[in-house]
Amino acid sequence: MNWLGFFEMKGYAWYIWGSYGVTLLIIMVEILLVVHKRKVVLQQLRLIRDAEIKE
Amino acid sequence: MKPRHKRFMFILVGIAILGTAVGLVLYALQNNVSLYFTPTQVYNKEAPQGRNFRIGGLVVDGSLKRERDGLTVRFDVTDTLKTMQVNYKGILPDLFKEGKGVVAHGQLQADNTFLADEVLAKHDENYNAAEVVHALELANQAQSGVMATKPVSSGYQIPSTK
Amino acid sequence: MAINWFKYAAPSSFYGLAGKLVPWFAWPAAILFCVGIYIGFFVAPTDAVQSEAYRIIFIHVPASILSMFIYLIMAGYAALGLIFNTRLSSMMATSLAPTGALFAFISLWTGALWGKPMWGAWWVWDARLTSELILLFLYLGFISLQASIEDPRRADRAGALLAIVGSVNVPIIYFSVKWWNTLHQGSTVKLSGTSMHISMQQAMFTMFAALWLYAIAISLLRVRSIILERERNSQWVTEIVEMKQ
Repeated sequence: MNWLGFFEMKGYAWYIWGSYGVTLLIIMVEILLVVHKRKVVLQQLRLIRDAEIKE
Repeated sequence: MKPRHKRFMFILVGIAILGTAVGLVLYALQNNVSLYFTPTQVYNKEAPQGRNFRIGGLVVDGSLKRERDGLTVRFDVTDTLKTMQVNYKGILPDLFKEGKGVVAHGQLQADNTFLADEVLAKHDENYNAAEVVHALELANQAQSGVMATKPVSSGYQIPSTK
Repeated sequence: MAINWFKYAAPSSFYGLAGKLVPWFAWPAAILFCVGIYIGFFVAPTDAVQSEAYRIIFIHVPASILSMFIYLIMAGYAALGLIFNTRLSSMMATSLAPTGALFAFISLWTGALWGKPMWGAWWVWDARLTSELILLFLYLGFISLQASIEDPRRADRAGALLAIVGSVNVPIIYFSVKWWNTLHQGSTVKLSGTSMHISMQQAMFTMFAALWLYAIAISLLRVRSIILERERNSQWVTEIVEMKQ
C-alpha cells in the first residue's frame, strides 16, 4: 500500500482532506457544545435550587 | 377541535399562497435565475448586449485551437442547435474537454464571437470506475485497430473490484 | 403489551426516552461512519472523469440531502407545535435547527472544495448553490429569531412561521438543476436508478445512514437540555437536579 500516494490523492489532497477534516471538526465541536450545554444547564438549575433553599 | 383546525388551514393556505407567489416571481425572473444563456438564446438576441454574461453548452469536437502565444485558445460552444465561437486567454480547468460541458463568462463581440474572461468546466452526473471506462476504450480501439495510450499511475492503486 | 405512545408527548416522559435512545443511534452512527469511510477510500474505484476528487461526494451528498430533510422535519415539528399547541414539538424543532444548519454549511464548504478543482470555481451564483445558501440563512434566521424572543411560547410560534414559510425553498433546491441552467449537474441517483459504480453507491448510502443516525442522536441529546431549561419549574426537573448531585 503506497500511503504517500494515498494521502496525495493524485494532487487533490488539500481539497479532499480539507473537506473531511472540516466535517470531522464540526461534528466534534457540535458534540462538545451539546454535552457542555447540558452540564451548564444542570449547574444553573442547581444554583437556582440552592438559592431558593436559602430563602 | 375548532381552533386547531383553523390554525392548520391557516398554515396550509399560507404555504399555498407563498408557493404561488414564489413560483410567479421565479417564472418572471427566468433568465436571471439561470446561470448562463445557450447559444440559441444568444442567437435570438435574448442575451444582454454590451454587458458581461455567461454562455453554456458543449465544446464542439475538434474545435479547440491554441494560438501561437500558448495561452490564448479558441473553441466552439454548441447546444446542438446553434454554435458560437469562444476566444479565451487563460488557463483552462482540468476537466475542460472537447465534447464535454462548458460555461464561459464574458462579452459578445461585434463579430458575434464571445470573448471570455473565465471558462468553467461543467461535468455530468455520471460516475464510473476509471478502469472500467479505460477497458471499454481499449476494447473499442482494438476493434477499430487504433493504439491506445496508457493512463498515468501515481502508485495509489485500489484493489480492483467488479 | 400496548404502549401508550401519547404519554411521550409529555416533556417529562420524553426526556427519559430520549436519554435511553441516544446510544442506540450514536453507536451505529459511529460504526457506519467508519465503514462508509473505508468503502469510500479503499473499495470505491477512481472515477473516470473526476479522478480522486470525486470522493468528496461521500460527505457532500449526504450532508446536502440531510440539510434539506432536517429542515422539513424541523418545519413539520414547528407546525405541529403551532397547530396542536404542544410544547415538545416546538422543542424538537429548536433542537434540530443547529444540526441542520451545520449540515447546510458542510454542504456548501465541501461543495466549494469540490467545485474549485473540478469546475474551476469555488462559487457561482447558480440556482442550486444560491438556494442552498438561502437554506443556511433560513436556519440561522430561525435560530436567532428564537433566541431573540424572551417568552418561549412566542419564540416557538415566531420560529414556526419562519420555518414553515421557508419550506418553499426545499423543493426549489431540489428542482433547481432541472428548472434552470445551472453549473451544478443534475441528479446522479434518480427514481429510475443510477449508473454509478456499485461500491460508490454503497459508500454514499452508508455515509448517508451514518449522518442521519448522528443527526437523530445529537438532536435527542440537545432536546434534553432544552426540556430541562423550559420545564425547570416542574417537580420532576427538581427531582432530577437533586439526583444529579
